[in-house]
Amino acid sequence: MTTMDLTKLDLVYQRPKALVDIYTHYCPGCTHGVAHRLVAEVIDEMGLRERSIGVASVGCAVFAYNYFDFDFVQSPHGRAPAMATGIKRVRPECIVFTYQGDGDMISIGTGEIVHAAARGENITVIFINNANYGMTGGQMAPTTLPGMKTTSSPKGRDVEAAGYPIRASEMLATLDGAGYIARCSLHNPKNIRIAKKAIRMAFETQLRGLGFSMVELLSTCPTNWHLTPFEATRWLEEKMIPYYPLGDYKIHPALVENKV
Amino acid sequence: MSRELWEGNEAFAEAAVRAGVQAYFGYPITPQTEVLEYMSWRMPELGRVFLQAESELGAINMIYGAACAGVRAMSSTSSPGTSLMMEGLSYIAGTEVPMMLIDVVRGGPGLGNIAPSQGDYNQIVHGGGHGDYHPIVLAPASIQEAVDLIYQFFDIIEKYRAIGIVMVDGSLGQMREPAEMPTMREVRTEIPDFAVSGAKGREPRILTSIYLDPVEEEKTNLRLMQRWQEIQKNEVRYKEYFMDDARFAIVGYGSAGRVALSAVRAARAEGIPVGLIRPISVSPFPVQVLQSAAQQLDSMLVVEMNSGHMLEDVLLAIQGKIPVEFYGRMGGMMPFPDEIFDEIKRLVKGPISLEGHPRDRWLARIQTVVNG
Repeated sequence: MTTMDLTKLDLVYQRPKALVDIYTHYCPGCTHGVAHRLVAEVIDEMGLRERSIGVASVGCAVFAYNYFDFDFVQSPHGRAPAMATGIKRVRPECIVFTYQGDGDMISIGTGEIVHAAARGENITVIFINNANYGMTGGQMAPTTLPGMKTTSSPKGRDVEAAGYPIRASEMLATLDGAGYIARCSLHNPKNIRIAKKAIRMAFETQLRGLGFSMVELLSTCPTNWHLTPFEATRWLEEKMIPYYPLGDYKIHPALVENKV
Repeated sequence: MSRELWEGNEAFAEAAVRAGVQAYFGYPITPQTEVLEYMSWRMPELGRVFLQAESELGAINMIYGAACAGVRAMSSTSSPGTSLMMEGLSYIAGTEVPMMLIDVVRGGPGLGNIAPSQGDYNQIVHGGGHGDYHPIVLAPASIQEAVDLIYQFFDIIEKYRAIGIVMVDGSLGQMREPAEMPTMREVRTEIPDFAVSGAKGREPRILTSIYLDPVEEEKTNLRLMQRWQEIQKNEVRYKEYFMDDARFAIVGYGSAGRVALSAVRAARAEGIPVGLIRPISVSPFPVQVLQSAAQQLDSMLVVEMNSGHMLEDVLLAIQGKIPVEFYGRMGGMMPFPDEIFDEIKRLVKGPISLEGHPRDRWLARIQTVVNG
């Protein structure tokens, strides 16, 4: 990849082993790539690659299995937590996680995610919240902000007609089965570092059998937001974070010392 | 092993246990709930996986996950639950992982009722889920037959990486009759080479049903269809009764076939040369069996507990070579043997009108039976 003569001492940054060395199909400026990398780094650092099974969902991340270098399945729209449940129950030695968008997880898959959390299902969920359906071209999602224009709310989300957004982390954190739930953001380096710690906590939760774990990642969708990648990070910070406050929403008592 | 008195649903569950089922996921729905209840204590007792899902959507996708992980996985449900599972079944078919489902069919459409019916035939046999796929569907007529089929079903569906569905009507799930259980099999410990289990010392495995490039999807469809041709060649099951010298035959599966057998016996006692062909595999359908039988028959009567779903498959097989008549009861009603006996007598008396569709002729006759 590079013509520079790098000795091992010079090497401070490289592709995680759990990530395949190919280009992704994600749009320029989209934070899916960042989220993938964080998951891969954590899996590498925890030495979990050879026992990990990912569950891709329906949406932009439908092809996530092409980018991770370990076993993967691809689930029907919204059903990833149920599929992950089936895998984890029969292969408890494996580390099982789903990678789901907001339309997938908290619209069509609401039943599956709520009950996986309520059961304390020992799986991890990486939840990408970019406030719209990205893959199908930017329609209104359950996470679309009030007044936000999408291709299916062209005049802006009218809460009188379309109701209000769902704050999934807050909702799931009320369930006793949830071991760890956090909302992070991928809009700048500081928050990306925090997000990585949260992802590590989530996998720790599963590894230690402490129940359901989820990290919600506020993410950008420059293409469907009709913003440049940089504008998109600003928009996320200014518009999304006030509606979706960042932080830990549920921490199992056994995890408190590792608090992000 | 000795014969014991078993309730159908519990017997189905125990047969699957003895076949080595490793994971059961289900949801309560009458008239199948006893399978779930039985599994709820039996599976944990053996150190195997049982989980009551939040819905049939949840259950079928838990099965999907477990099947991808390479274990013997199953669920059971009844008609409205089967409808909910259709999404998952299509994905499972597209991913080519084997799994078993027991559908204890009840009256419909809609919420219908909880009485025995065969109204799911079209949904189960001719698809239901989207896309090009065929499940293997077995329709036993007694608890013993169901036990024996369930016991060998995993071996069959694993050979073809296919979906296996045991389609019984509610009466078979709820009735009690003697049955002999097969011996307990060892649970399989090896992981099949398609399954996800963690990429330790091997290349990662990906299980998916998406082939975005139509060229690749068509290749997948072709592979599935070629496998289906193999299934059609190898897995046809049926039973014939009194067919050696028969000039008339009834075609019926499951409980309808069983009731028809009583009518055939009564007719034989009066010297009527009538036999019974009872398809056990309704998918693949015993086409050649019907075709060769037709050569010796004057006419045929299809009996079902629906409005004539299998009838269309019989008509397609017979291709107008002999007259085919139909008699069915719907909505959770079962035919009595004497109703079928009357139909046999009508057949024998002849001549049979070939005008219009057999379903239309039956609808004209059934009015007075239904409305009194």
